[in-house]
Amino acid sequence: MADYRKPLPQPTPETKPFWDGTKSGELRLQRCQSCSHVYFPPRPFCPECASRSVEWFKASGKGTLHSYVINHRPAPGFDAPYAIAIVMLAEGVKMMTNMVGVEQTPEALKLDMPVEVTFEQATEDITLPKWRPVGGAA
Amino acid sequence: MKPGSVAVVGAAETTQMGVIPDMSVIQLHADAALNTLKDCGLTPKDIDGVATAGESPVAISHYLGIKPTWVDGTSVGGCSFMLHVRHAAAAINEGLCSTVLITHGESGRSRIGAGGWGAAAASLAGQFEAPYGTSGPPSSFTIPVLRYMKDYGVTEEQLAMVAVVQREWAGRNPRASFRDPITVEDVLNSRIIAYPFHLLECCLVTDGGGALIMTSADRAKDFPTKPIYIIGTGESVESPMVSQMYDFHHSTAFQISGKKAFAEAGITPKDVDHLMVYDAFAHLPWYGLEGLGFCKPGEGPAFIAEGNTRPGGKLPLNTNGGGLSYMHSGMYGMYALQESVRQLRGTAPAQVPGAKISVAQGVGGMFAAAGTIIMANERP
Ligand SMILES: [Zn+2]
Repeated sequence: MADYRKPLPQPTPETKPFWDGTKSGELRLQRCQSCSHVYFPPRPFCPECASRSVEWFKASGKGTLHSYVINHRPAPGFDAPYAIAIVMLAEGVKMMTNMVGVEQTPEALKLDMPVEVTFEQATEDITLPKWRPVGGAA
Repeated sequence: MKPGSVAVVGAAETTQMGVIPDMSVIQLHADAALNTLKDCGLTPKDIDGVATAGESPVAISHYLGIKPTWVDGTSVGGCSFMLHVRHAAAAINEGLCSTVLITHGESGRSRIGAGGWGAAAASLAGQFEAPYGTSGPPSSFTIPVLRYMKDYGVTEEQLAMVAVVQREWAGRNPRASFRDPITVEDVLNSRIIAYPFHLLECCLVTDGGGALIMTSADRAKDFPTKPIYIIGTGESVESPMVSQMYDFHHSTAFQISGKKAFAEAGITPKDVDHLMVYDAFAHLPWYGLEGLGFCKPGEGPAFIAEGNTRPGGKLPLNTNGGGLSYMHSGMYGMYALQESVRQLRGTAPAQVPGAKISVAQGVGGMFAAAGTIIMANERP
């Protein structure tokens, strides 16, 4: 872990509950208590109705593969080629991620296939949510 | 804005285009500005408004010896110059200034006097995109396209056709970086950059600059150049992260910006003779054609593949060769505006006969922002 060389997120006061969640193996989203809107990325108010009455909740951790590219020009610390994916969560929000437990090829990465969250500890402080096909590799 | 109340009287690019290792970023701005001042017979002392992106309007004003009464440093990526044109039109009409200089310069290839890349780790993109290995626009801007292609039944050959058609235009432009004809096979056989995008479906990375000078339509008739009137303008912003754009099938910012501009001009897409759509990557023209109402959702790919936008087609598109073949410094919007002006002046290398109305559509960031400028060579 000490030699983790990929870019790391730096949590802010507004996003800390999300990163605390991933660290404890929980994917958290926010829901508006006034209009029930579920949203991401985190902020302490509802982007739909501007209410400050919002709550964190544990997301289902289920979704589908919404879109991706397979990057051949690696970012620092990455080995190309690797997919940069967008997951559509069951709760209706999109999230960027990497797909694990599956070949990084167009044949293996089928759009709309069911995926589930898994957690990858990067450092003592940071754990990243990653996603994998439901029921193992396609 | 009242359509036709403001005009572009000066327009020029840097003397050289492509690889310019002997000029820093600020000098590229200045080189384009000096060429533009010469184009319309002005000196820096005649300028009282300055707008720019990349550099600050403070740096540009001081470097050129301008003491402005109005500045605009709107910086929302490559379409910033479309927004500058819009803001300048409002400022001129409001009397905040009379003669505006808009500059762009970028050492995209040589990186002389240029800043760094990358999102701060505490920014939203730094937290929720960078950790997953995005490495600049080729692996971010391209993210929505597989979703679009699956739902609309679009083929990889149709994506390649965008690059093929634009190369046909570039072949007619002596200043274009790449001019040799290419085929769909050439595109699909070029190196994969970020699947499904191949090298030839990604923009160039070059050095260059451009500038515009605008004034009121009433003053414009006293200039040596043919006035090009601004008849419609629009702008909008969407998301700082491509992963959070509202819908991967279309750009909401394009739709809002385009709708505003067409309504202001009082025209429909059928009235347009010439179109520029900022093409950082080959899918951008699809989003432009559909976002502005030239095509129905999902019909852009076939529209291009069938030849409607190629030389001789019914809607000439990206006639300088575009970011894919002409040049792309990083913030390409200025070059789209330059080509619209050239087409309406009748001085473009690949001139569209009789072009009277041109639309320049810009994008900023990765679908983060949009600007639309509609120009005409007759005052409405
Ligand atoms: Zn709400």
